[in-house]
Order: sequence, then C-alpha cells, then structure tokens
Amino acid sequence: MTKKTILDVRRREHRRLLTSLLITAIVGFMSLTVSAQDSKQLSKQNIVKSVHNDVTQFQTFYKQRFPEVEFNEFANGVYAIDEASREQWLEIEDFPPYELSVDQGKEYFETPFDNGKSYADCFENGGIGIRQNFPFFDSKKEMVVTLELAINQCRIDNGMPPLNYKKGEIAEISAYMAYTSRGKTSQIEVTTKKAFKAYLNGKQFFYAKRGQLNFSCADCHMNSTGMKIRADITSPALGQTTGFPTYRSKWDEIGTLHWRYAGCNKNIRALPFAAQSEQYRDLEFFHSIMSRGLPINGPSSRK
Amino acid sequence: MQQKTLTKRTLTSSSCSHINTAFTGFGKVFKALILLSVATISCTAYTQTKTLSETQAQGKVLAFERAKGNCLACHVMEEGELPGNAGPPLVMMKVRFPEKSVLKQQIWDATIRNPKTIMPPFGRHGILTEKEIDAVVDYVYSL
Ligand code: HEC
Ligand code: HEC
Repeated sequence: MTKKTILDVRRREHRRLLTSLLITAIVGFMSLTVSAQDSKQLSKQNIVKSVHNDVTQFQTFYKQRFPEVEFNEFANGVYAIDEASREQWLEIEDFPPYELSVDQGKEYFETPFDNGKSYADCFENGGIGIRQNFPFFDSKKEMVVTLELAINQCRIDNGMPPLNYKKGEIAEISAYMAYTSRGKTSQIEVTTKKAFKAYLNGKQFFYAKRGQLNFSCADCHMNSTGMKIRADITSPALGQTTGFPTYRSKWDEIGTLHWRYAGCNKNIRALPFAAQSEQYRDLEFFHSIMSRGLPINGPSSRK
Repeated sequence: MQQKTLTKRTLTSSSCSHINTAFTGFGKVFKALILLSVATISCTAYTQTKTLSETQAQGKVLAFERAKGNCLACHVMEEGELPGNAGPPLVMMKVRFPEKSVLKQQIWDATIRNPKTIMPPFGRHGILTEKEIDAVVDYVYSL
C-alpha cells in the first residue's frame, strides 16, 4: 500500500467516526428531549391512565386464575375461593363475632369529646357511609390519609389523646364506620404527581421481596394464591382491604389492616413497620386501589 | 391382610389427589412427569418406612421443623403431615437431580434457577447453616 492510500483510509475512517459520533449525539439529544417530554406528560391524564391499566391487569389476573368466582365475591378473601373453609365461615357469620365491636364503636362514635364536639364533626356526611373514600391522598398534608389516621387526627384536633392503632377503641370505631358503608364501592383516585409517588411506593412494597425468607406480598397473595402454605390457603390480594377491620379468631378480637400487615411481615422474618407508618399507608393506598369497584364489607370475620 | 391393603389404598388415593391438585400452577411437562412419578412410586412409597443414615435422619428433622427448613409448608414429603402445595412434591429426587450438587444449589438459593421463585434461599439468607443444608440434602436425596 502507498502512503497516500493509507492516509485515504485514515481519512475515511475519521469521517465515519465523525458521522457516527454525530448520529449518536443526535439520537442522544432526541432521547433527552423525549424524556423531558415524558416527565412533562406525567399529566393528570397519564397518571389516571397508568393507574387504570394497573388495576385492569391486576384484576384480570385474578379473574383468570379463578374464573368461577364472581367479581364481588373477591371481597370475602379466602372464603371466595375455598369451599371447605367457606362453609365454616358462613356458620360463624350466623352470629358474627364482630357485632359487639360495631355496637361498641357506635357508642364511642356518638359520645361527645370534652369540648362538646364529636367524630361526626370531623367527617363528611357526619362520618356515615364514607369508608369507601379511604385511604386518600391529602394534597395539603402531602400524605396518604387512612381512616384510622383521620380518626386520631379528629381526636387530636379536639384536644383528645390519640388511640393505639392496632386494636381496641380505634378498631371498633373503624368497624362501626365501615358497617355504615357496607355495599358502597371504593373508587379511590390518583390524580397528582405526589399521590402517584405514594402509589408507586406502595406498589413497590407489594412486589418487593423482603425478610430472611425472601417473600413478597405478591409471592403469597398473587403468584401462589389459592395454594396451601402448610394448612393455610393464601387469599387473593384482590379484595383483601374491603373487609377490614377484621375479627380474627386467632387474635380473638377485632384488629386493623396494619396489624395484619405487621403479622404477614413477621411471618417471613422481616421487621414489621409501625402501624400508620408511611410504608404501610402507601401500601394500603396501592392495595385498596387494586380492589377498586369491590363493595366495602367490613367488618368481617376471619380465621 | 385385607385390611392392610385397604388402608394402603385409602392412603394412596388421598395422597395422590393431593398431589394432583398441587400442580395447577406448574408447567405441563413437569406436571406429566410428576403425575407419572405419583402413579408409579410415591403413592406406594407412603406406606413404606426406610432406614435412614444418621445424617439423613438429622436432615429429616431439620426439613420438617417449622423453625428450621419448614419444607412441609410448601412440599408434600414422605411421612410429612399437613403439607402445603405451593411447591412440587419432593419425590424421585435422584431422577430429578442426577447431580446432587444441583439439588444442593436449589436448596441453598432457589433464585438461581428461578429468580421469581417463592422458595426461600436457605443458604444465601442464612436460614440454615451449610452443615444443616448438607444434612437436608442428604435426606431429600433419599426421597
Ligand atoms: C408466606 C406467605 C405470605 C406472605 C409473604 C404474605 N402473606 Fe398475607 N397472608 C398469608 C396467609 C397464609 C394469610 C391467611 C389466609 C388468608 O386470608 O389469606 C394471609 C392473610 C393476609 C391478609 C388478610 C386477608 C383477609 O381476608 O383477612 C392480608 C390483608 C394480607 N395477608 C396482606 C399481606 C401483605 C400486604 C403482604 C406483604 C407485606 C403479605 N400479606 C405477605 C400469607 C402470606
Ligand atoms: C414457601 C414455599 C417453599 C418452601 C418453604 C420450600 N420450597 Fe422448595 N420449592 C418451592 C417451589 C415453588 C418450587 C418450584 C421451583 C421453584 O420455584 O424454584 C420448589 C422447588 C424445590 C425443589 C426442586 C424440585 C424439582 O423437582 O425440581 C427442591 C428439591 C426443593 N424445592 C426442596 C426444598 C427443601 C428441601 C425445602 C426446605 C428446606 C424447601 N424446598 C422449602 C417452594 C418452597
């Protein structure tokens, strides 16, 4: 090869390199502008659509896994999918163990605070028939507000000490409020970016593996729902939130959803979070949205 | 004699139907394989008691104990009471795992073979010690 041709080749290579660099730069720039557009397009409309898609996919999964189960039945947890335990449960429901709790809750609910006001003053519609609107994202407080959190907020606003979150008085008040909302369907919306962030945080919690035993909620309540873990059949995650608070025979009393979350976390040897911690509130937000369209049927009785 | 056969048959049918229902979630080939094994081996195996080596016997205790392996939470295993069915029945292990080391790997960290598995990574997460896992492997390999 002569000197000239070598130079030629070099020059040609050079040009090729430059062109490819230019192309990369253009593509890079384009993708930058696209992603800038993406985040701009995280508009209300797109958030609503994205959540809607999640809900559809989630619910379709269970409809396909249990084609014989009517949609509304999913509100009954494991009893929707297992005939044997359903029969026992129906017998228990003849004399519901949570009835006393509802009565007790009503009494608490109607007893005025020291300042003469009562729970009815803190809630829409006097607190009757509104369970389905919880949890929701409070844009002023920039956090997910659950029913139990709102109950305690009401107390604090009226100069009363807050209640413990897992059981007792708060579970009973919550049970009464759920009872007055039976049959109403939950239609919780996610419309703002901040609400979407909380929703995604809850979604991540639901699907992430954790604990020494390395389970996600989805492992037991989605991937292997309906199967037996020892003697327990795991319920579909769809409909898990509608029946709370729950009178569990294992607890021998009525308890809140976050108490249950902590139990499932402990079972897989993961550190449980505090009831009403941000993690559990965000989880409840996601978890409840997935059951959109199902009727509120709390309080309920469970094994 | 007649009564013995009867018991055996009852045991057989109940354990078999259990295994049958256990498999709704798994692949067809796998299902066929297990059903085959159920038909040929495991049903009758239920009534037999084998003699286990000392390590195998230790492994069995570890595998059954709730605070240890708790394998019965998800697997049907010979002589195990109230088993779950989230995982496949542990039968014909030598056929399923010609290489014993692969069996150990499955128990050490099931996510290697299936990243989405629900089976806990017993070794990787220190749920069992290596010595305990070796004993469990020895026992499971005898199934
Ligand atoms: C190792 C398996 C396992 C894991 C992991 C698990 N759960 Fe559970 N869960 C169960 C079992 C078993 C029950 C009792 C039977 C039933 O109702 O599903 C249960 C019950 C529940 C209930 C009560 C349902 C009802 O109808 O009363 C809720 C709510 C729940 N789990 C939520 C969760 C959430 C959220 C997570 C993740 C943080 C989770 N679980 C992780 C096994 C598990
Ligand atoms: C919470 C459920 C769960 C527990 C507990 C569990 N496994 Fe598994 N196991 C599974 C699942 C599900 C599979 C199916 C394959 C996969 O997902 O990895 C499996 C697969 C296996 C396999 C492979 C079977 C085959 O034929 O391919 C072996 C062997 C096994 N497990 C042994 C054990 C032993 C030993 C223990 C206890 C020390 C145990 N497992 C505990 C869920 C479990």
